Amino acid sequence: MADEAGLRISPFADYKPLMDRGAALVEANRCLNCYDAPCTRACPTSIDVPSFIKKIAHDNLRGSARVILEANILGASCARVCPTEELCEGACVLHDLHEEPIQIGRLQRYATDPVVLGQKPLFQSAPPNGRRVACIGAGPASLGCAAELAQLGYEVVAFEKASEPGGLNTYGIADYKMDYATALAEIAWVKELGVNVQCNTEVGKDIPLASLFEDFDAVFMGVGLDGVSAIGIPGEDLEGSQDALDFIAELKTRPKEEVSLKGLSVAVIGGGNTAIDAVTQASRLGAERVYLVYRRTRERMGAYAHEQELARRDGGIFVLEAAPAEILGEYGRVIGLKCQKTRSDAQGGLEPVPGSDFVLEVDRVFRATGQAKHRAFFEQLEGLEVDDRGRVIADEDGRTSVERLWTGGDCVSGGQEVVNAVAEGKRAAQSIHQTLEGAR
Amino acid sequence: MADLSCTTAGIKSPNPFWLASAPPTNTGYQVANAFEAGWGGAVWKTLTDGQPIVNTWSRYGALDYNGVKMMGFNNIELITDRPLDVNLREIYEVKKRFPNNAIIVSLMVEATREAWHDIVKKSQDAGADGLELNFGCPHGMSERGMGSAVGQVPEYTRQITEWVQEVASVPVLVKLTPNVADVRYPARAALEGGADGVSLINTINSIIGLDLDTLAPRPTVAGWSSHGGYCGPAVKPIALNMVSQIATDPQTAHLPISGIGGVSNWKDAVEFIALGASSVQVCTAVMHYGFRIIEDLCDGVSNFLDERGMTLDELRGASVERIHEWKELDLNYVINARIDQDKCIGCGLCYTACEDGAHQAIFSERRADGRTYVEVKPDACVGCNLCSLVCPVDGCIEMVEIPNDFERCSWEDVTSGNGTLAPRPVHD
Ligand SMILES: Cc1cc2nc3c(=O)[nH]c(=O)nc-3n(C[C@H](O)[C@H](O)[C@H](O)COP(=O)(O)OP(=O)(O)OC[C@H]3O[C@@H](n4cnc5c(N)ncnc54)[C@H](O)[C@@H]3O)c2cc1C
Ligand SMILES: Cc1cc2nc3c(=O)[nH]c(=O)nc-3n(C[C@H](O)[C@H](O)[C@H](O)COP(=O)(O)O)c2cc1C
Ligand code: SF4
Ligand code: SF4
Ligand code: SF4
Repeated sequence: MADEAGLRISPFADYKPLMDRGAALVEANRCLNCYDAPCTRACPTSIDVPSFIKKIAHDNLRGSARVILEANILGASCARVCPTEELCEGACVLHDLHEEPIQIGRLQRYATDPVVLGQKPLFQSAPPNGRRVACIGAGPASLGCAAELAQLGYEVVAFEKASEPGGLNTYGIADYKMDYATALAEIAWVKELGVNVQCNTEVGKDIPLASLFEDFDAVFMGVGLDGVSAIGIPGEDLEGSQDALDFIAELKTRPKEEVSLKGLSVAVIGGGNTAIDAVTQASRLGAERVYLVYRRTRERMGAYAHEQELARRDGGIFVLEAAPAEILGEYGRVIGLKCQKTRSDAQGGLEPVPGSDFVLEVDRVFRATGQAKHRAFFEQLEGLEVDDRGRVIADEDGRTSVERLWTGGDCVSGGQEVVNAVAEGKRAAQSIHQTLEGAR
Repeated sequence: MADLSCTTAGIKSPNPFWLASAPPTNTGYQVANAFEAGWGGAVWKTLTDGQPIVNTWSRYGALDYNGVKMMGFNNIELITDRPLDVNLREIYEVKKRFPNNAIIVSLMVEATREAWHDIVKKSQDAGADGLELNFGCPHGMSERGMGSAVGQVPEYTRQITEWVQEVASVPVLVKLTPNVADVRYPARAALEGGADGVSLINTINSIIGLDLDTLAPRPTVAGWSSHGGYCGPAVKPIALNMVSQIATDPQTAHLPISGIGGVSNWKDAVEFIALGASSVQVCTAVMHYGFRIIEDLCDGVSNFLDERGMTLDELRGASVERIHEWKELDLNYVINARIDQDKCIGCGLCYTACEDGAHQAIFSERRADGRTYVEVKPDACVGCNLCSLVCPVDGCIEMVEIPNDFERCSWEDVTSGNGTLAPRPVHD
């Protein structure tokens, strides 16, 4: 189906649309209400899935939302963005009956949207305990930490360098899963718990790092990952060559007409979920041809199988075992991407195939070859241990090698999901509480 | 295709399926459509003479369960609100057009001999193949001394049945109310009054639920409500029991029965017939899905009979001899639950059910691969069936007989000193 902008599918199309009551009841009643439910065990925030689903079946939506949001304060986001196929739904026992698993994500959305997007209060924070905690960044990890602490009576301030909070959940996740306005509406709801967010404030630049340790009892670092670094091939500075994350952020925050790719051809470099998202989004913005250029074979792609499938259905053309060699330009603008075929050996080593150069005629090149780490920032924190891949080292409670500094999210994992970041932020909050207040 | 034609208390119909006296038999138009669709008989919506009948607008309420609509159904509707002469004319016309189908006319008038004589004669003149005396309606009409107000007093039941039989030239069925302590008493009274058969059950007194927004009971009539008659799939077990009580009572064992209550499919019908019913009547399922359900009712029963090489007559009452008093049941019949590990999906429902709701006889453990493993502890299992009832996988939990060396032994045997009980599981 094509609309007048020539889009096959609306870029706003909901990947997991809101269910109406009838559909939700049928689905909720399919749930067996398992004992020691595997879906709950597969959820990084351990949401009691059978419990919230049973409440949906009984029209107790508020109770259902409470079960979800008590475990995961960004439950409304996670309902949309979680790769449920890999998590809860992937673990559902109905697979063994050769039935479709319960649509846990959609049911979670059905229960949480009315509360979260309806800005209805659900939790009451404890009276102030006089303690202050600072969060660096206001992405999912920091929000998970801040929401937990605020409810325990802490004064929490999250310093965020971007102009709006939410991190990649606001700016990075493909629009068909999570749109900008919804992400911000959810954060407005979280802020009502007493979380204070100061945007346009980069720690280490706009305010000194040391001041956090002076003014606050504890610090949580949820800085995530940095942008995608340059690949190191000629032509990367041409107009039309861009970090895929910047492209996605642009289409999420600006009117769609302004970022339309109608009639253009696009090459996305990379094989992970970000590359897949860039392909899907470019295609839904009307691009005529969208290539995904990846050095290795399909089996080696980091992207989830179900997302690869989505990109293929959106018309993405996979150019595999091809390494980008040069971005070609004319008058300072991209006109093509020169690639070279590659061969993998049994050990996974790569070698270029001599004389195999070919050119994809494209107007845009998006690099999605992996986000860099905030190495320079970490160096400012004296004594902070970082592993050889630039990931912060923390124990399972998020405690770092620096006193009074906790962390969690992508800067520790090197890049996982929103739900992992929320879980780690929450766990760190509990550890902070235990340390400062001696609570269990 | 098995021969489904049958006779109920002398009333012949091409199959045992009759529409019960209810909205689907309100008009000649509907009954004719039903006969076209294949229904064997129809019990006309109850006629009366005398006081005008006026209905409330909001009349029905439903009990939905776990996403299933209309598991149970209730109504506060009265008997027909159409003029008697219109109904009689339509009965005459439909009977003329469908001479082989059974038209039974349901009746309810004030408790005088004249009123009953009059309406019986009029119905017979219109061509009725049989009469059904509505002594069951539990709402509205009962406040006026009719319906269940008659059915609840065996003396009235017998008396009116006698009046009817004084002028009846066609078979007379008495429709019983379940709103009694023991349905055998009104059944015996009907027999004493000369009834040719009984129909049961009528609806059960009920409040179907509240509107939780307003806290008004449903169906809500300008904010108020009234108790109504309960029917639909949820009442079938109650109806089956009452049918079997009449079929096993030595005094009424031979009394023809038209079974009613929650019949929705052919399997329900087989159950009623096996417990002694000659015909079965259907209301809620038709109100839900329309006349066409008759296709599967006939087809299903016919296939069932063909597959077993059985006739409808042989099926009738086949299970009656298996209904006994509890004290006669064999206490040395031992069964245990067995889980087929290849089929088990690890949902743990059996564990929760046995642990919290039965006898803590299922062991459960989370295995290294993340699955929940369950196993029955044979020494603790009392063979209650619960786990096999909750298990979502077909054939995964089987109740298997554990043979023992003891003779059969009932409670009666125990108390009379004639038997030895096999040892029971020991509980710590
Ligand atoms: C393209 C893409 C698609 C994705 N799709 C999904 C998906 O579908 N589902 C899913 O669950 N996950 C998805 N993810 C992953 C998910 O977005 C991240 O795992 C999650 O956002 C990590 O949260 P975080 O808080 O650790 O980091 P971030 O979300 O990166 O947040 C870090 C925040 O810290 C701020 N910050 C950094 N340094 C400073 C500083 N010095 N001072 C102040 N603020 C600072 C940043 O501006 C940012 O707002 C996707 C990621 C990408 C890149
Ligand atoms: C297996 C079983 C055994 C029961 N035993 C008794 C009993 O011994 N005494 C009693 O008063 N009620 C007994 N009941 C009836 C229950 O107390 C209750 O009244 C009935 O189950 C209706 O409630 P429910 O359908 O909402 O569960 C029993 C019910 C079940 C299912
Ligand atoms: S595993 Fe599936 S069926 Fe079982 S509780 Fe979870 S969602 Fe329900
Ligand atoms: S039959 Fe009853 S006692 Fe035995 S295992 Fe099953 S639920 Fe438990
Ligand atoms: S209920 Fe059935 S499928 Fe579920 S764990 Fe028990 S035996 Fe297995």
